[in-house]
Amino acid sequence: MAEFTMPSLGADMDEGTLQEWLVRAGDRVRKGDAVAVVETAKSTIEVECFETGTVGKLLVDPGTTVPVGAALALIEPAGEPGAPKEREKPDKPKKRRRGDEARPEEREAQERRPAAQPAPGPAKEPVPAPAGVNDGVRGDEGPLIRHLAEQAGVDLDAVHGSGPGKRVTRADVERAAAARRLPARITPLARRLAGELGVDLSGVTGTGRDGAVRAADVRQAAPGPTAPAEQESSGAAAASPSAERRPAGMREAIAGLMARANREIPHYYLSTTVDLTAAMDWMHEYNRHCPPGARLLPAALLLKAAARAAREVPALNGFWTDDGFSAGRGVHLGVAVSLRGGGLVAPALHDADTLELPQLMAGLKDLVHRARTGRLRGSEVSDATITVTNLGDQGVESVLGVIYPPQVALVGFGRVVERPWAVDGLLGVRPVVTATLSADHRATDGAVGARYLTAVDRFLQSPEEI
Amino acid sequence: MKRDEALDMVKESLAEVVPDADVTALGPDDKFREALEIDSLDFLSFIEILGRRTGFRIEDEDTAHLTTLADSADFLVARTADGS
Repeated sequence: MAEFTMPSLGADMDEGTLQEWLVRAGDRVRKGDAVAVVETAKSTIEVECFETGTVGKLLVDPGTTVPVGAALALIEPAGEPGAPKEREKPDKPKKRRRGDEARPEEREAQERRPAAQPAPGPAKEPVPAPAGVNDGVRGDEGPLIRHLAEQAGVDLDAVHGSGPGKRVTRADVERAAAARRLPARITPLARRLAGELGVDLSGVTGTGRDGAVRAADVRQAAPGPTAPAEQESSGAAAASPSAERRPAGMREAIAGLMARANREIPHYYLSTTVDLTAAMDWMHEYNRHCPPGARLLPAALLLKAAARAAREVPALNGFWTDDGFSAGRGVHLGVAVSLRGGGLVAPALHDADTLELPQLMAGLKDLVHRARTGRLRGSEVSDATITVTNLGDQGVESVLGVIYPPQVALVGFGRVVERPWAVDGLLGVRPVVTATLSADHRATDGAVGARYLTAVDRFLQSPEEI
Repeated sequence: MKRDEALDMVKESLAEVVPDADVTALGPDDKFREALEIDSLDFLSFIEILGRRTGFRIEDEDTAHLTTLADSADFLVARTADGS
């Protein structure tokens, strides 16, 4: 029996509050599935499972705050009861012991025909299912599938189930999500309330503009007696006392981490100005020919160039620990996102160096949206190997940032501005951006940093190839 | 398109992008990106929504005309008057 423990979601986290379980005892889980929602000082995060197996016992009740490393649940690994208590990083490839769990190819096969492995968990909670659609078997999807559906904004009742007994499977949800048009908007307050009141957002009809789900819609849909009027007037803060504390907690967490970074990391700083004429021309041309929803922003090109350059200069992509530098597995680009209530988070765009620009742009939108209104996943808040901060929107031309420990570099981009620029002895007006690098002098020297910024510049001169 | 209609469309689009913002408090010449803390991703959504509501495509280079309620409304009126 393996322990599922409170993970460390960043160097600044000592403890977390288990807010909600997304699974029940007896549920089958796969490595990488979101199984619990944890609230930290900075944000609410969906925590993924490190094992494939069956959930044994849930050890911690929602609302409990426990230190990092404390056991939250027991998981019976697939095929080997009593497997060693060993934590696996979500995307760290590990040699599998014989019988440990399904081989990747087998698991893939299971994913393709999930009907063969229905979640056995009995449905304890009533599942909303309108008469006529329900054939008596619906509602056995289990919380994981319902969670997936909710996350994707898919209405389970409208999905044709391909599993046994017309059960809706993971593949059905994914198909429905892919086929779906733009998600209806859900206001942040509504999303939070839905969590508080246990309302399945996929079943809520929005009465806001263009079907946006508002707090009032969620209260309407909440089971049990209608929410009392006092709750109506007291709003979000009262509905979630922990959220009220967050700005202070967020400040404290940032203060602790940045003080440590400044104390421990001998930073050096480099800066260069990059001509963006080619990049902007290419982007405007691209945007002219693509559907409005698929347009690119300069940020997408800058992030891609930063990620490609990190692959080229691996000494800046990784972590500094007591033992020295260890290179990151893949380029997971942390993207600093400022939150509307103040503070910031820097979740990772996984394998950003391999994403095509449209994918990267979509990933960026999704990440920023979830950082601000929804939930980030544990792997996103803990995996970044190098971080980019883009303060262009704030109107400044350059940013010399503080590194996020244990990373060893932070890349900064300022605003894209038009400036006089000499080319071949002639003066012209060109869009330029100031790219900066803050790097850890323990891990690299200025020459390495210079190579990095030069590479960023070079990639931005050939936008069609990044 | 009448100017009133254009103005409403701009306000509604902004409200959709920033649901918690008070668009009614916005003056005609306030720079809404600053006033409502709209970043470039939000602005992109605004352009998409405004394009969908008005039924015509707003290009990157048009965005220079979309900084305040007044200039946005003027832009929409001028664009529909062109017939383009």
